[in-house]
Amino acid sequence: MTVTENNEERMKAAVNLEKDQALEFYSMMLLIRRFEEAAERLYQRGLIRGFLHTYIGEEAIAVGAIPNLREDDYIIGHYRDHGHALARGLNPKTAMAELCGKATGSSGGKGGSMHLFDVEKHLMGGHAIVGGQFPLAVGMALGIKMKKGLDSVVMCFFGDGAVQEGEFHEAMNLASLWKLPVVFMLENNLYGMGTEVNRSNAAGQDIFNTAASYQMPAVQIDGMDLLQVRETVIEGISSVREGNGPVFIESMAYRFHGHSMADPSNYRDNSEVEEHRTRDPIDRFKQVCIEIGLLTEQEASEIGDSVDTTIQASVQFAEESAQPKPEALFTNIYAEPDKD
Amino acid sequence: MGEMILRDAMSKALREALDTDERTFLMGEDIGAYGGPYAVTRGFLQDYGEERIRDTPISEAVFVGAGTGAAMIGMRPIVEVMTINFSLVAIDQIVNHAAKLSYMSDGQISVPLIIRTVTGGGGQLGATHSQSFENWYASVPGLRVVVPATPYDALGLFRSSRKDNNPVIFAEHSLLYRVRGDVPDDYYEVPLGQARVARFGEDITLVAYSGMVRVAEQSADKLAEQGIEAEVIDLRTLSPLDIDSVIKSVRKTNRVAIIEETWKTGGFSGTIASNIQEAAFDDLDGPVLRINGPDVPAPYARNIEQAMIPSADWVVEAVKYNFGL
Repeated sequence: MTVTENNEERMKAAVNLEKDQALEFYSMMLLIRRFEEAAERLYQRGLIRGFLHTYIGEEAIAVGAIPNLREDDYIIGHYRDHGHALARGLNPKTAMAELCGKATGSSGGKGGSMHLFDVEKHLMGGHAIVGGQFPLAVGMALGIKMKKGLDSVVMCFFGDGAVQEGEFHEAMNLASLWKLPVVFMLENNLYGMGTEVNRSNAAGQDIFNTAASYQMPAVQIDGMDLLQVRETVIEGISSVREGNGPVFIESMAYRFHGHSMADPSNYRDNSEVEEHRTRDPIDRFKQVCIEIGLLTEQEASEIGDSVDTTIQASVQFAEESAQPKPEALFTNIYAEPDKD
Repeated sequence: MGEMILRDAMSKALREALDTDERTFLMGEDIGAYGGPYAVTRGFLQDYGEERIRDTPISEAVFVGAGTGAAMIGMRPIVEVMTINFSLVAIDQIVNHAAKLSYMSDGQISVPLIIRTVTGGGGQLGATHSQSFENWYASVPGLRVVVPATPYDALGLFRSSRKDNNPVIFAEHSLLYRVRGDVPDDYYEVPLGQARVARFGEDITLVAYSGMVRVAEQSADKLAEQGIEAEVIDLRTLSPLDIDSVIKSVRKTNRVAIIEETWKTGGFSGTIASNIQEAAFDDLDGPVLRINGPDVPAPYARNIEQAMIPSADWVVEAVKYNFGL
């Protein structure tokens, strides 16, 4: 796999985008950003409770990666899952209602922020036990491989904190051993909650080196550069779809806000956060697109307004929706048996 | 009507699953080339090929979780965990994932996964290889827990488990594999959540499951010699639990003892006892008796290992003492 490393090449890659793609990606990243900001406000108002982990700063990974998948491909990931869900097309209203614990939410209010599912869209969940999604991803890929004539892939998202879990290593080995169609998408935001990656991983922040030891192609890219993510993922998916086994893409990123709303970020300096903010994936993408004439300030502004309207409608929908009925407590604990 | 040992009933159940459902495959440690650690899958690799009989690395978390993942997209995997002791390596996948997906997705996902595993002690395998954790799993909503005691039930319950569409812990007691019993040639099923009256009696109810059903039956024989007619209830499944059959029997006999191999503290017998007291307190002529293994790790030496597993003599003595018979 190749990795574009400088602005010039990145801009060349941008030329490969159609104008409507550029608008779509900008719009999608902005939608995620504003969705998260709105969720934070709802949290502060007490309408969202529990844990809320926002994706702010990491939008380029989901938007650079997920639109390259086909409808028959699958997505599974971790609890910082709003970005993946929205990029896959989960209705922002349904997503926001789920965050607010409403009956109109994607899981009827029973899953919450960390567990967003839309099985029709093959969005197979945010999973909130760190590393728990790896075996599931491997199993879905195995299922795909065993169903005759399918060449779907599974895209599995996880953070740097998950790499130290045993399930990661078991899954990497089995996926590689059985040449399963998984695109492993590491979102390395440098912190597992409050513990810096260099303090938890023997390979330091270059985790892709660990993956390479499992005999699969592994690269590290700038995860705050949508175009680089996109180019790398397209190549990765293509290799996986051809039956060559899994690939591993480490996207270096940074979350601008705390691990969750409960996190005051005492473990890092503000100056560090500010430095990473200069790499803001949305600003950078917008700049590049404007420079090469794919996007105008006017269009960007219109997109901003349109996204705001969508988010407002989502918040209103969530606020006005009813809570789950009491009997919902007892539904869907078990699936119904097959009928004879 | 044919007679077969429980091991062969399980082999028959698995072959039937493979023969009738192309979505089904088997996955686990040494189930293929080795022939199965308990020989249940001997010959399967030759008959079905390595695509459907998958030897896995010794990585319980990933192959159990992979069973769940495959089930999430419409396969019907059967995973074998060599013993229930090793299932603890995969317990995150079982409890936090397989059991939760239907609920957390509000019914968008179902997990038609059977996790076969071998349970129980008595084989002089020491503290880490002699445990029974069916009761732990039975406390988790979202899981089914099936604990057959006879070849007939092993096959019949497995057929129902395949249709259930939920994650099933199917626990086979290692000392029951050579137990012989009638297994009809004609197709039948044993529904989940329906206990079996293994023996009818009027004087006391003995409740048991898995390996302890035999002990309960032996106890009933010995009690009968002393003029005490025991009714033996085989629970067959812990989840769903057929408490109604237990209550019905207790209302008739007015005495009940629950026999369970695992530790008394936290044992499933406690759950059954509390259910009985809530539903049938006025019918009881004495305290609900719980006969469990003592709260000790299993030792290796035969004499002291045997001393921790409820036996017929132990049951008879405890019953007579508890009820003043």
